[in-house]
Amino acid sequence: MAKSIDVSDLDIYYGDFLAVEGVSMTIRARSVTALIGPSGCGKSTFLRSLNRMHEVIPGARVDGKIVIDGQNMYDADVDPVQVRRSVGMVFQRPNPFPTMSIYENVLAGNRLNSKRMPKSEADSIVEKSLKGANLWEEVKNRLNKPGSSLSGGQQQRLCIARAIAVEPQVLLMDEPCSALDPISTSAIEDLIHDLKSDYTIVIVTHNMQQAARVSEDTGFFNLAGAGKPGRLVEMNPTSKIFSNPDEPSTEAYISGRFG
Amino acid sequence: MTVTEAAPKPPAPVRRTGDVVFSGLARAAGITILVALAGVAVFLTIEGFPAVTAPASAMGGKSGIVLYVWPLLFGTLLAALLAMIIATPLAIGVALVISHFAPRKLSRTLGYLIDLLAAVPSVVYGLWGINFLAPRMVGLYEWLEENLGFLPFFTGPASSTGRTILTASLVLAVMALPIITAITREIFAQTPVLHQEAALALGATRWEMIRMTVFPYGRSGMVSATMLGLGRALGETMAVAMVLSATGVISFNLISSTNPSTIAANIALQFGEASGLKVNVLIFSGLVLFVVTFIVNFLGRAIAGRGYKGESR
Ligand SMILES: Nc1ncnc2c1ncn2[C@@H]1O[C@H](COP(=O)(O)OP(=O)(O)OP(=O)(O)O)[C@@H](O)[C@H]1O
Ligand SMILES: [Mg+2]
Repeated sequence: MAKSIDVSDLDIYYGDFLAVEGVSMTIRARSVTALIGPSGCGKSTFLRSLNRMHEVIPGARVDGKIVIDGQNMYDADVDPVQVRRSVGMVFQRPNPFPTMSIYENVLAGNRLNSKRMPKSEADSIVEKSLKGANLWEEVKNRLNKPGSSLSGGQQQRLCIARAIAVEPQVLLMDEPCSALDPISTSAIEDLIHDLKSDYTIVIVTHNMQQAARVSEDTGFFNLAGAGKPGRLVEMNPTSKIFSNPDEPSTEAYISGRFG
Repeated sequence: MTVTEAAPKPPAPVRRTGDVVFSGLARAAGITILVALAGVAVFLTIEGFPAVTAPASAMGGKSGIVLYVWPLLFGTLLAALLAMIIATPLAIGVALVISHFAPRKLSRTLGYLIDLLAAVPSVVYGLWGINFLAPRMVGLYEWLEENLGFLPFFTGPASSTGRTILTASLVLAVMALPIITAITREIFAQTPVLHQEAALALGATRWEMIRMTVFPYGRSGMVSATMLGLGRALGETMAVAMVLSATGVISFNLISSTNPSTIAANIALQFGEASGLKVNVLIFSGLVLFVVTFIVNFLGRAIAGRGYKGESR
């Protein structure tokens, strides 16, 4: 189920504006890769290019290759809709569908494949996904309430349940905890830890401790200067990045944040 | 600028001249509208009241005001309803193209063109209906009579001029299109990006994304837009008076040359030579139309006001 991702020479544009330049990296299967860097250096942009959500923005496009499972997802004959079904995404702000119940929110992705699903199968997907997202105990008695009736942290875990209900190969998370309190944050970090045995996870975070806690590998993005595109400065095992990074700018960024 | 005269009483809230002036103006405008509306209602009621006891001679031979007004009301509702059945799907489709499918430049042009339809005077629509649309519909009506004649709507005999209630409804549909399109496209365009991206990231196609997020978000807006369009279609006078060849029957036959008339068109056609009680009768029918339109608009607003359940933080 989990797949590794090979990115080579990726340039990402918004219209004529080159936002991210020349990224090459390998994201290992069944592990957590953290992306860190200052604001505006293109972490979200890069993450969104990993499931072709980038091109949803008018004028946005990508040059280069991203290979999953031997297939370049930017080949002309690849359907972005198929890519997004196998590469799930969790956003910075929890975004359950407000008109759907908790139950239907979890199944939203499965319903898209539009096979008629027997009730028993639907029930078991909902239970399994909510358990997977550590939310089952809290919502099992109110599955028919709207998704927006949950707290922010619960909503975010609902979004994770929705993403894993379709059993993707890769899970992308863009600052999934930045809108949450420390307790919800720690619940989601535990969850990421559990999910890593089944999924390839890429997480963007501004929180150094979080990157250090949850990830195996860390990529540090930075801007070469004002108005210049963002670049991947260094990609190494997390333990190395935080103890003995290759690049002085990585060291400066991390120590600046650690104080 | 604060109102310093109130200074001795400490808890006096800060009041700014701008706010005071503006709220006064807004209130005055609101009251003016209400007074005008009440004035119209009072006028219609007082002038329409004598019609209740009017003799048959004042009502084209009908022996009671209900018998007189009911066929007109029937025609009004039928024409307006047909117009909505035609216009609503079309308007929603156009609104979606503008908000979600067309490239930005094209969608702006398209938006202007649709808005322009609202600026065309209804006499022009009437002329277009008589001289352009009606003759071109004759062939279709004959086909409908031949092939779908077993349905009560198409029993015929097909009109040879094409000036049927269906043609009138088509003209009404075109006239109601801009208002429905304008409102729905605004609402569609406001669908939170957050939710649209959630759907797309799950692997929804654009159409699936629209069904999952845009339609639920815009549901009440679509309903109220349709109601406002219906209000327009109910009250439309000139175009219907010109296009429809009305005989005052009550019939669901949509393609024949004997058609029910509508209240507004009937007033426009009869008012010129009416006098005495006949005027009161026409005004009474106007009162009925006023009430129906008022109810429709009220429902539309009420549904729109209910808004979007759930938040879009
Ligand atoms: N929709 C967009 N259209 C045009 N430019 C954009 C768009 N979104 C982002 N950018 C630009 O792309 C660059 C990278 O932005 P991105 O959002 O990827 O940064 P980030 O690293 O995620 O920052 P943050 O940590 O603040 O989330 C920035 O210069 C930004 O202004
Ligand atoms: Mg970001």
